Amino acid sequence: MSQADLTMQGHSTGAMAPPTFSVPAKKMAMWLFIIADTATFAGCLVAYGFIRNSTPDWPRPFHSITNVALMTFILLTSSLTMLIGVKSAQKGDKAGAFRWTIFTAVLGIAFAVLHLREWMGMIGEGATLFHNPWGTPLFSSLFFSITGLHLLHVTGGVIALIAVGIRYRGGRYKADDLEITGLYWHFVDLVWMFVVPLVYLLNLAH
Amino acid sequence: MTTVQEHKSGGMGRDVIIYVCLLVLAAIQFVIAYQNIDASRMLVRMLAVAIVEAGLALLFFMHLSENRGLKWFVLIFTVAVILGMQYGWTDSFRLIDGVPWAK
Repeated sequence: MSQADLTMQGHSTGAMAPPTFSVPAKKMAMWLFIIADTATFAGCLVAYGFIRNSTPDWPRPFHSITNVALMTFILLTSSLTMLIGVKSAQKGDKAGAFRWTIFTAVLGIAFAVLHLREWMGMIGEGATLFHNPWGTPLFSSLFFSITGLHLLHVTGGVIALIAVGIRYRGGRYKADDLEITGLYWHFVDLVWMFVVPLVYLLNLAH
Repeated sequence: MTTVQEHKSGGMGRDVIIYVCLLVLAAIQFVIAYQNIDASRMLVRMLAVAIVEAGLALLFFMHLSENRGLKWFVLIFTVAVILGMQYGWTDSFRLIDGVPWAK
């Protein structure tokens, strides 16, 4: 067996160190990105909590949870469809993997559309990044910043899913690449699990 | 003996169960939002549910449970960073209540 064969199989040949935690380099890079991005979102949410805690008469403008519940359902379902896509790819079912990946992207687009519809409703009521009709302008600034950052991640994820899905179907990318994109998509879902209670549910009008 | 690769390409049963658990936990968060309790209690309950949700997603959807070294690496770094951000909370209380010894 040649040194190149050993390297391809992930064995240490002396010339190359074994991968960290036996995780391929590309996957490890995604995990490092996820850790860094977790710090970004945690920083935003902690700042939000700090400001909310220190601001008297914090507004509670949300009257309905229907839209955010539907968005949560769509995003959680998209994580399942992503898993099905990755499993299909690992079984060698290229058509199935592509179909489920694109379906995941479509769910991501549906999430983004619902999100934008909600934004337009709030903007229609006079809420902007620097103005809030229900009280302190800090509420609007934080709401649009945090949900905007998440929406940016969803948009990036949709683009990545479509691009990687097409390249996987064309044979340029492997099942591992689809799995790495899936990691990112699950992370976007994971962040939403914290955004919903902190930014929406705690600001529900009673 | 099953290898990780065989497990990875296996059935979807466990993933569907985790998905249903996540939906139920998300629903619990919405139920908590309508409870007649103060905001701090509500926050604690919702965050506890969110942490369980995140744990399930990390361990099973993102397959962290299959790699012990990576699991601890991610956990230690992430928790350390998030804990490091908590040092300023007392200031947020001081901004609204004033320093306790000034009263």
